[in-house]
Amino acid sequence: MNEAKINQVALPAADVLKHQPLVLNYSQGLGRCLGLYLGQSILFLITCTSVLSVFLIFFFIIKEALPFLREFSPAEFFTNTGWYPQAEKPQFGALALIVGSIYVTVTAMIFAVPAGIFAAVFLSDVVSFKVQSVVKPVIELLAAIPSVAYGFFAVMVLAPWMQHRLGFTTGVNALNAAIILSVMSLPTIISVSQDAISAVGRELRESSYALGATRMETIFKVIIPAAHSGIIAAIILGMMRAVGETMVVWMASGNASRIPHPWWDLSLSIRTMTATIAGDMGETAKGSEHYRALFAIGLLLLVITLCLNLLSEYFLSRTAKKTGALK
Amino acid sequence: MKKLIVCGLMMLALVSTGKVTAADKALQIEGSTTVGPIADAFTESFNKTYPDIKITVTKNGSGNGAAALIDKRCDIAMMSRFMKLEEFTSAVDKGVMPVAHTIAMDGICVIVHPSNPVTELSVQQIHDIYIGKIKNWKELGGPNMPVVVVSRDTSSGTYETFDHFVMKKVKMDESVEYVSSNPQVHSRVKTTLGAIGYVGIGFLDAEVKGLKVNGIMPSKETVANGTYPLSRPLFLFTNGYPELGSLSYTFCTFYLSEKGQEIIEAKGFVPVTHY
Repeated sequence: MNEAKINQVALPAADVLKHQPLVLNYSQGLGRCLGLYLGQSILFLITCTSVLSVFLIFFFIIKEALPFLREFSPAEFFTNTGWYPQAEKPQFGALALIVGSIYVTVTAMIFAVPAGIFAAVFLSDVVSFKVQSVVKPVIELLAAIPSVAYGFFAVMVLAPWMQHRLGFTTGVNALNAAIILSVMSLPTIISVSQDAISAVGRELRESSYALGATRMETIFKVIIPAAHSGIIAAIILGMMRAVGETMVVWMASGNASRIPHPWWDLSLSIRTMTATIAGDMGETAKGSEHYRALFAIGLLLLVITLCLNLLSEYFLSRTAKKTGALK
Repeated sequence: MKKLIVCGLMMLALVSTGKVTAADKALQIEGSTTVGPIADAFTESFNKTYPDIKITVTKNGSGNGAAALIDKRCDIAMMSRFMKLEEFTSAVDKGVMPVAHTIAMDGICVIVHPSNPVTELSVQQIHDIYIGKIKNWKELGGPNMPVVVVSRDTSSGTYETFDHFVMKKVKMDESVEYVSSNPQVHSRVKTTLGAIGYVGIGFLDAEVKGLKVNGIMPSKETVANGTYPLSRPLFLFTNGYPELGSLSYTFCTFYLSEKGQEIIEAKGFVPVTHY
């Protein structure tokens, strides 16, 4: 009863507040009015352009990929491992490429997820604010390094090291690509999961300590479970980074289109979807079957990243609901 | 800012008018990335002798070169393979008569790491390595070491030649690694003990070991006289035999001159001459 009353009173006020910036009032001066109008139209234009370009990209890829999927059996596309686009009887089996993409991504996540979460916990709950304010920008700097520089490092430093120290027959392989990808996805994982961890309320931490829990217990039994949907979102965003990465996997994975056998052998070279597009697109004749096959792979990649994106949105909104913070 | 735009527009106008007036003195060359460096060097040498001509060299693959010649979009097509039957047919349909000028020879060298004791392979053995039948150097009289097989990307002309001579249209094994250029093959083989790869003869140096194929060492001599089994001619194609004395004619026969042969050798290919 009381609540309804408050709502009744509060609603009009909130309504007015919400709309006030949009009301053009000549008493505010013509210049300000014009500025507001101009600013709004520019923002509107920019928004429209970005939305339009997203749709155009979608449209273009689907338009180029569909004829291929119609002519060529999708069943073979998804189940055949033979990628021989230039053979006399060309084969467009993308299974090995799909598996390759998943393979490096999952391996990269095995390295990056524990490291990322621990770093996030460490930054938000262990070190002082001063240390945090220095370390966090440094970690975020990792995201600013161009991927070709990472690739260069992989080929020139990591690959010879693997051959000489670990005795691998080839240095450009799944492990090399996965290590670099894990480093590249760390900034995303750390900063998003740190936001989630910081959003866990102070009262939860304090009650945990009040019950006599140690800091370790508080971190592992209270904070991480409370922030878990945010952390999952962070992992998914990190995966997106790894799935979509092109230059590094092209340079560091060896580009052999096969499913590793035995499956756990990381020293074998593999090939991903992105690397195939980057490597083949340069010299394929426009409009040929091979060209369309590459677009079909592009479409698949787009669908995968879209799904991952929606999933991360879902988890992030769950955190927001739970903690009332974040986003 | 405004000044900049005006300047830009004026330059654009200048360039476009320049092109139109020099149309008879311009040459459009398109095609193979392998032949590209030779054409570039020819152009450079030409520009020194005739400073007012304009030659454009576009490197976009043999297939694109052929297509451009057929569509009359270029004067000369560079090709690292001979024209295919379908290309000839569509050329004749459109009233274009392709004429081939063999300007140089290229050998494809099979290379391994310098520490590898294997010195000689037959075409059949190379074939077996690339289809995955031979997986260890032990089977070829080398050390007990798995073979790391490196190939060029399937869209390259070098790949096509290798495919023609060695693979005979049989598919390569799935474990074959693909790289996108000659220098990349070179550096993969240089740094990998068990690797085998193939490059154009110009990329053969002391850091990798070129193998004898069917008992014949790849060299300028064996490539030029055709005894080395993996050698191929490089072509320039024109629409009909170029008019004597024309710019196309001078360009297409430049390989016969001493300067032209020097350039071809400097670019790592083999001039068509007797050694």
